[in-house]
Amino acid sequence: MSSATFLGMPPFPEAAEHAVRDARTRHNLHKATHTIRGKRDAVVGELGDDWARLRAEGEAVKTHTLRHLDHYLERLEESVQRAGGTVHWAADAAEANAIVTRLVRRTGETEVVKVKSMATQEIELNNALEAAGITAYETDLAELIVQLGEDLPSHILVPAIHLGRSQIREIFLDKMAEWGVPAPADLTDDPRALAEAARVHLRELFLRSKVAVSGANFAVADSGTLVVLESEGNGRMCLTLPETLISVVGIEKIVPTWSDLEVFLQLLPRSSTGERMNPYTSTWTGVTPGDGPQDFHLVLLDNGRTDVLADTVGRQALRCIRCSACLNICPVYERTGGHAYGSVYPGPIGAILTPQLHGMSSEVDRALPYASSLCGACYDVCPVAIDIPEVLVHLREQVASAPGHMGEKAMMAGAEAVFGSSTALDAAQRAAGLVGGAIPKHLPGTAGKWTDTRDLPEIPRGSFRQWWNEREEDR
Amino acid sequence: MRIALFITCVNDTLFPDTGRSVVRLLERLGHEVVFPTEQTCCGQMHYNTGYRRPAARLAVRFARTFDGADAVVVPSASCAAMIREHYPKLGRSGSRLSRRMADLGPRVYDLTEFLVDVLGVTDVGAYYPHKVVYHPTCHGLRSLGLGDRPYRLLRAVRGLELLELPGATECCGFGGTFSVKNGDVSAAMGFDKARHAMETGAEVLCAVDNSCLMHIGGTLSRQRSGLRIAHIAEILASTEKEYATT
Amino acid sequence: MGGSRERVLARVRAALADVPADEPVERPSEHPYADAHSEGDTLEVLADRLLDYKALVERVTEADLPGRIAAALDRRGAGRVAVPPGLPQAWLAESSVERVGDTAEAPLSAADLDATDGVVTACAVAIAETGTLVLDARPDQGRRALTLVPDYHLCVVRAGQVVDGVPQAVRRLDPGRPLTWISGPSATSDIELNRVEGVHGPRTLEVLLVEPDT
Repeated sequence: MSSATFLGMPPFPEAAEHAVRDARTRHNLHKATHTIRGKRDAVVGELGDDWARLRAEGEAVKTHTLRHLDHYLERLEESVQRAGGTVHWAADAAEANAIVTRLVRRTGETEVVKVKSMATQEIELNNALEAAGITAYETDLAELIVQLGEDLPSHILVPAIHLGRSQIREIFLDKMAEWGVPAPADLTDDPRALAEAARVHLRELFLRSKVAVSGANFAVADSGTLVVLESEGNGRMCLTLPETLISVVGIEKIVPTWSDLEVFLQLLPRSSTGERMNPYTSTWTGVTPGDGPQDFHLVLLDNGRTDVLADTVGRQALRCIRCSACLNICPVYERTGGHAYGSVYPGPIGAILTPQLHGMSSEVDRALPYASSLCGACYDVCPVAIDIPEVLVHLREQVASAPGHMGEKAMMAGAEAVFGSSTALDAAQRAAGLVGGAIPKHLPGTAGKWTDTRDLPEIPRGSFRQWWNEREEDR
Repeated sequence: MRIALFITCVNDTLFPDTGRSVVRLLERLGHEVVFPTEQTCCGQMHYNTGYRRPAARLAVRFARTFDGADAVVVPSASCAAMIREHYPKLGRSGSRLSRRMADLGPRVYDLTEFLVDVLGVTDVGAYYPHKVVYHPTCHGLRSLGLGDRPYRLLRAVRGLELLELPGATECCGFGGTFSVKNGDVSAAMGFDKARHAMETGAEVLCAVDNSCLMHIGGTLSRQRSGLRIAHIAEILASTEKEYATT
Repeated sequence: MGGSRERVLARVRAALADVPADEPVERPSEHPYADAHSEGDTLEVLADRLLDYKALVERVTEADLPGRIAAALDRRGAGRVAVPPGLPQAWLAESSVERVGDTAEAPLSAADLDATDGVVTACAVAIAETGTLVLDARPDQGRRALTLVPDYHLCVVRAGQVVDGVPQAVRRLDPGRPLTWISGPSATSDIELNRVEGVHGPRTLEVLLVEPDT
């Protein structure tokens, strides 16, 4: 029952090479991303010109909060404590995992139910709990599918987006019995039947669980309120029925005031599930006597976020509200799926967030800023206007200025030398014109990545500037 | 009007017909075209691949070459976007370089923008008796916001039947060095773009960027498709007279 | 982990070295966006949006309400329903259903709730544009578990509780109370991104929209 990990995945180009050839996954992803694009467009369109104003306000609120993050963190801490919650600070994944493990152990329980949470995926909390003898049950349908299938999440909102209904049916039939209530033997691949199987599988677990672990979509500094948006009611089950609730929340999830939710509760559902509103949103402030968990812990997680914050260009990635609109629109993501990004944060946002969180420490991280054609569709749909192409280029600068990449550096220097004078360019063009016809159809090395699938354009005998100069002389 | 032409390095070297078409078109519309011969490259490839300093040096070179021009026309949306969107960010905020670049930007136009917004024409007197699809390239669509300008120009061309391209707004997968750094994904995107274009039954696929067309065209030609590529300038420059003679 | 608190805060401050010390920490509370977007009759829009989520919706008058509640519970075949402590007595006056009361002194267990056929509650605020009912756990709605565990939720919404847009709702609500925003029955889009209604929360949401008697 161990969880899979992204550790040891190959860098993006190599992983993508395999992914684009996986016809079934390509089909699943095409279908899912195109469905969600249509839904998002429709509900965003309903708001007309106001969408742009909401987007600008969302951007402004997040930017402001990040610029004064120390202030708002302290204010949040104070508000949560005033409302009866306990606040913990975790500088990295190990600290966060240790805090959660300690808190669970203190309850004497050996199992916890989990609300889907990117922060706990990021710190691989389930593995840490398992090592401590505690079983973490994922209760979001897609997370459940991934956990049962010993698979990895491939999407922020729908971690099992790479799987189709028949694959999900097989996983349920094979694995549910290992974890609890088995799937009915006559289970079909009708999504309704699959959802029903999940309901039955988790029902008793929800009713008996004493400890829950969640993340949060927003943490409101002035009121100390935490906010979780969800669809299935598994979130409500975890946030309401257990006695102890532990919420692991990235420090960038803060908004200053309650009224800021006016903006985000419009931006997020329309951008993520393409709904006017998601079925359930829960908000809670500390502990409410007689209602819900009476022991509430907030774990504030850094884990590289302050490094992102220190980069004045890259810090905009911390505005992200994890809606997934950039994944859904991305033509690269659509063809490779999420696993190729080697991180719990795939797609365009992952390509800028992961390398910054990790500090470009590995080949996988350094390849991510290039996993984009810079088409800009992600920036267009981002509800908090993160200029993802700008950050990608910024990160490419960091990669290019580091040691290595000798071939590319030589090529770029050569190109600059040619473009550094019009005489040099003219000479290069004349040379190319002479050998043009002799260029082979299939090139070796990196250029082979072009000629493997595409013909080269014919090199014309004369350049435009030659023609122009001749014309000028004739006048 | 005296119009400075920035041809771009790709067009200059690989697609001189596009440049000749721009000159013919603008002269036909009664304007004078100048070609400052010191020009080379806007630096987009360097910039997008992470080589900011060489890009900044090429930007300075561009600014020096085109400093006095009232209007610079570029038959490439991505190069126009590079100059307008990214040049000002190459200098430190508030620096002389950054101000100089910001000053330059508003005088730089993609060809279709220039025709519709500055010259105020949509019917440029062209004749092109073919079925055509238009691929709105990413920089034209999202950076410059060309909107319906290219479509209005194409619809006014006599003899031209404009067909609708499914999935038009999706990137073709070129992406500069992306096309080789992530060659497999780039090819998969190009293949889908080519398939969509072929399925329309068009004879010609046109766009405002030859670099994207080079990628889609290379895919089409490898698949031995009869679908040809053409820069929009070549369509707009074409007239009955030239059809009669060729 | 006092050390971590100081460490994280110090890192945050170091990361923000570029922010001028005199930059104001409070934002002006302008709202450069609309309060609502839908056009038309507020209650009609709410009903339309709820139906879109596959909720059951009826428009009723104040005088008819007890009869319509009784009829709805009958249609559902509900024998035992959970009742929050402050539900107006008159609402169930015409129904013969067995009432299972939940009070602070004798709260129902999750299993007790699971054994009911449904729950009847009021709400705090409803948002027409998004088809959302917000419950704030006051006595006429009960604690959060009440509307979660039973498989059927009958919610009574009075016309005066309905606002057009999300911002108006946020302004009416008290963040100090635990809130549940409900937009249709529980649902999932996790399988091929198609929405399917009915997962862990109530699989049937029925809404009675009450207009004042004319």
